[in-house]
Amino acid sequence: MSGKTKDVILHDHNKDGIDRRGFLKCMAWAGTGAFCVMQGGVLKSYSMSRLSEMNPADMKGELSFVQISDSHMGFNKAANPDVAATLQAAVDKINALSAQPEFLLHTGDISHLSKPEEFDGVEQILKSASAKDVFYVPGEHDVLNDDGKQYHERFAKGAQPGGWYSFEKKGVHFVGLVNVMNLKAGGLGTLGHDQLEWLEEDVKHLKSSTPIVVFAHIPLWTVYPDWGWGTEDSAQALAYLKKFGSVTVLNGHIHQTMQKIEGNVTFHTACSTAFPQPKPGEAPSPGPMKVPAEQLRGLLGITDVNYVRGQHALAVVDSTLG
Amino acid sequence: MASLIATGLMGLGGITSRHKSYAASAQEKPASAAEVKIDNFSFGPMAITVSVGTTVTWINRDDIPHTVVSTDKVFKSKVLDTDEKFSFTFTKPGEYPYFCSIHPKMTGKVVVQ
Repeated sequence: MSGKTKDVILHDHNKDGIDRRGFLKCMAWAGTGAFCVMQGGVLKSYSMSRLSEMNPADMKGELSFVQISDSHMGFNKAANPDVAATLQAAVDKINALSAQPEFLLHTGDISHLSKPEEFDGVEQILKSASAKDVFYVPGEHDVLNDDGKQYHERFAKGAQPGGWYSFEKKGVHFVGLVNVMNLKAGGLGTLGHDQLEWLEEDVKHLKSSTPIVVFAHIPLWTVYPDWGWGTEDSAQALAYLKKFGSVTVLNGHIHQTMQKIEGNVTFHTACSTAFPQPKPGEAPSPGPMKVPAEQLRGLLGITDVNYVRGQHALAVVDSTLG
Repeated sequence: MASLIATGLMGLGGITSRHKSYAASAQEKPASAAEVKIDNFSFGPMAITVSVGTTVTWINRDDIPHTVVSTDKVFKSKVLDTDEKFSFTFTKPGEYPYFCSIHPKMTGKVVVQ
């Protein structure tokens, strides 16, 4: 699939630009991006190239936040010898948004090798963001050698012992999950029994009209199991969220944007701020894509999410650093 | 010349053998070494067979870090960045499946005879 491929709508029964049957696969590949509005579990998506035609008021809501991911501080090889500069570029991009986000979500792989100076570097750069609160979940690169001890001390102080947590912002319920611990040979990401039990309890008493945002590092849907791009027990987690009219799942890990809608659940993966990875199966391995320097920033990016109260809408906008 | 040929043959099996310069006693087996390369998110060779006493060294040739972790908790490396190595000496016969704990789809096996 080329980076310029447009989304294809197979069954547009309601003439509203969305496919209500099955999945609308809006493959917002790196470099194109998508603006999405979700209403009652149904998503409208627009190509980034059409954003200029849209009313800027539609992009404003009562709550907006930005997702960043996979900053891999410490990585210094092709195609990006300066991941600090691209993270800073991402922060600059966030600070230039017309609607300032209230907080940031970082969906993991903050560091490349779990080194203290790498975590320091990211925290330092994120201090220059206008949004002061950052909510993290760990990537597998953040829990190396110490079972996540450092990560927990720095980024998950108020969390459950396993690192997962939830919080409310303006009526939206956010859930940060950990699926990078205790990975088994041959397997995918794992949430584990304790976390699933906690999740069931955490959302049990919420009204079904509460918008839910779940964020975790490894995709909670099966993107490409051959490369480990999925989570073994995500179906159980999603079963606990079935009653909700609006569920948005935000992930990182695969260093490219991708979206899928399944019932009331919208899945979305974010770009990395560090280096791109190949599309599923289009390379011998998921190793970093080596791209010419002038193309790099077009393959990195941030995700801006906007919630409009009363519309049950979450607008998801990807933008590249280029 | 004979020893050169022997080494070459063993090399074909993915194992290189360096005999100690002194004569090995009856109890002491010659120390040998084998290497597994980590490249393109895979262990190569994926399965190797070595004799008891062999030290296996894994070297990460990828530009992404990996680990070498025994499924049965016999050995466990720290994270290996590019070109870093991890070695383990196998003193008991058996099968030792292992994987990369960061990318668990990466699996391998050492068979010790």
